[in-house]
This record gives sequence, structure tokens and C-alpha cells, in this order.
Amino acid sequence: MIVGDLKPIEEIEASIRGRSRVLILGCRGCVTVCNTGGEKEVAVLASQLRIASQARHEHREICDATIERQCDFEYIEPVLLQIEDVDMVVSLACGAGVQQVAEATAGLQRPVQVVPGINTTFLGAALEQGVWAERCQGCGDCVLEITGGICPIARCSKSLLNGPCGGSSGGKCEIDPEVDCGWQLIHDRLNALGKLENMSRVLPARDWSTSRDGGPRKRVVEELRT
Amino acid sequence: MKSDMGAIEPYEPKVVAFCCRYCAYTAADLTGSLRLEYAPNVRVVHVLCSGRIDAVFLLKAFEDGADAVYVAGCNLGDCHFQQGNLSAIRTVAYAKHLLAEIGLEPERLEFFHIAASEGPLFARRADEMTERARRLGPNPLRKTIKQRAGGKLARDPDAHPPLPEAKLGRLIRHAERVEELKT
Repeated sequence: MIVGDLKPIEEIEASIRGRSRVLILGCRGCVTVCNTGGEKEVAVLASQLRIASQARHEHREICDATIERQCDFEYIEPVLLQIEDVDMVVSLACGAGVQQVAEATAGLQRPVQVVPGINTTFLGAALEQGVWAERCQGCGDCVLEITGGICPIARCSKSLLNGPCGGSSGGKCEIDPEVDCGWQLIHDRLNALGKLENMSRVLPARDWSTSRDGGPRKRVVEELRT
Repeated sequence: MKSDMGAIEPYEPKVVAFCCRYCAYTAADLTGSLRLEYAPNVRVVHVLCSGRIDAVFLLKAFEDGADAVYVAGCNLGDCHFQQGNLSAIRTVAYAKHLLAEIGLEPERLEFFHIAASEGPLFARRADEMTERARRLGPNPLRKTIKQRAGGKLARDPDAHPPLPEAKLGRLIRHAERVEELKT
């Protein structure tokens, strides 16, 4: 899932300063699962902002709504009426959601600014309740088959394809003794799978154009287009 | 607290207590049965388990003008649902942090353990929280809540609810008098 962190409340307060009607818009997708921008978090943030505004005697109406997914126009459409009514939308979705809502509202008669309420951090997995870790960088050319299901791009600090480097010691990475060495993990996993020979395979220099280096990516499935 | 007219309004704190059915709420009953007196400022909200408490409930109470809020749950290890009180402790700690973020005193919010047998403790905690609300002064939102509602409102934080009419008491007294007449 896409993982995000709520922005500091001061930053959100600064962005809504001077606006009298604000909508806090949540998303029931990834950010609900990582407890950043779901219905509950939206209610908490809206309540906090209402208390903060009232305590400062600022007249501000703060309403909230949560939609199925902010990255789909069809789910944004039903809240457009509500958005037309406000001066600003604080979106608690990932960057994709914020941009999609901004695009959907661009066509309104009165333009409404959409600002992010969270910092989108990474594509990750839940390790335990309350802990998420990065697992994928969306590089567009998956090598998990060779590396025993552990991604060298996301899990190695240097994204080495032929590791480990000299900074690996005692199974930890040199950047931080708390961070596992991705290539140590790959070695141990391949060993357990009886596929240690994969370690001696030399992966050639890769074409990063499938990743961000190739510019913004797009996926088109002709059969699905209407 | 100064009103718009400049006159000093007496400050009588409003305290909301979220009480678990299996401990603090029963303790409140016991407090009554023991004829113990405690601050009338406390409004008890009955919950089936303190674990039901959500940070939104606590913030909402402050938003509606509560001067102090507390959650009363079972002693450690005594929760009817195993871990509800543990989750409530975490929720209260989280909500305290949320309050601090927006400049409201986190001391306005508290968690207490009150077992069902501890009627006197319930009374003590109610007094303690009311005293704390008195010391911290009124919730800064009180004034705006009144303004927002144009002065008169359903949930005026400064208004005191009228005492319920003692109909039953009158009936009982009447019945006693009938008994007296008979003898």
C-alpha cells in the first residue's frame, strides 16, 4: 500500500489561514489502512482544527468527508457539490489523490485550492500493528524472482543489483545499525531456498528508463478503454 | 469569565466522565447508595467498555465546551473484555498529545482506574477533576460556542439543567401521609 505521514498540525493550520470554509477530505484506500487519512483521522483532524480556530476566535467552518478512493474521478464526483461550497480542500490522500481531486475541481466555476494534509512517504507493508516499512520503489522491472522475494532496489540503501557492498557488517547496513542489509537478507533467503547460486549471477547494468528516469509513466490498456 | 456585556459571569466547570459499565459506572451507583457527595459538575457518559472510547469522542467533548474530560476504566487486568482499559489508556495519551498540539492544556484530560467497589474513590476523582478544571479556568471555546449559537442554545455550557421535579418523592410523601391517616 501507499504509506503516508500526517503533516505537522502547524503546517496544515498555516495553509488554511485566511480561509473561512475548509473541507477535510479523506480516502478509504491505502491511507485508511496505514491510519493516516481515513474516516477517523479525518474526524480527529477536523475536530482539532475546529478547536484551534475557535480558541483563537477565528471564524472558520470546517467540514469533513471521506470517499472510497481519491485517485478515481468517479468517487470524487459525488463530493464536488460539497467542494464547490468551500474555499479550500485539505486532502488526506496520497499525492496521487491530492492531484486527482485538484484536477477534478479545476473545472469548477469557482476554482478551489486543494492542499495536501499528509506527506506521502513510500510503498510499503505492515510489519505489525502500527509499523510500516518500505518494500517497493516501483522501478518498473521486477527482479524479485532472482533475489528470493527481497527487493534489492527498495531494501538495499544503495539499490545495488550486485551486492552486498563493503558497508554491510553483522547483517546491518552502514547507514544505520537499525537497518538490515538488504543483500544479507537476500543471501540468507536464497540459502534457505537452496538457490545460493543466484548470488553469483551478475546482473547487468540496468535500463532505468522503466523507472523514474524515463519520465512520468503511464499505463494504457486498450481493451479496457471506453 | 467576562461576558460581552463586561459583567463577570461565575465560572462553574463542566466535566464529562466517560465511565465503563463494569467498573466506574457501577462505582458511581455505589457512591450514590453510600450517600456520598461529589461535585455536581460531573456529567457521566455510560460506555460498555472504556475501550470503546475514541480520540474523536474526547475532542468532541472539548469542542462542545467541556472544561475537563476523564475516562474511568477498570483496574489493570480487570477488564471485562480483556484489554479495553489498556486501549483506553493509549487513546487518552494520544488525545492528550492532540490537545497539546493545538494549545489546549493536556491536563484537562485524564484517565482513571476506578473499580466497581470504589464508590468513595469515584467521588474523590470527580472532585479532583472539577477542582482541576476550576484551576485551569474555562475552556477557551466556551465563548465562541455561545456566540456561534447566537447566545441561547441547547447546549449552553454555562447553563445549569433544571432539577428534575420530585414527582415521585411527592407521591411517596403523599402515600406516607395516607399511612399516617390510617393509624
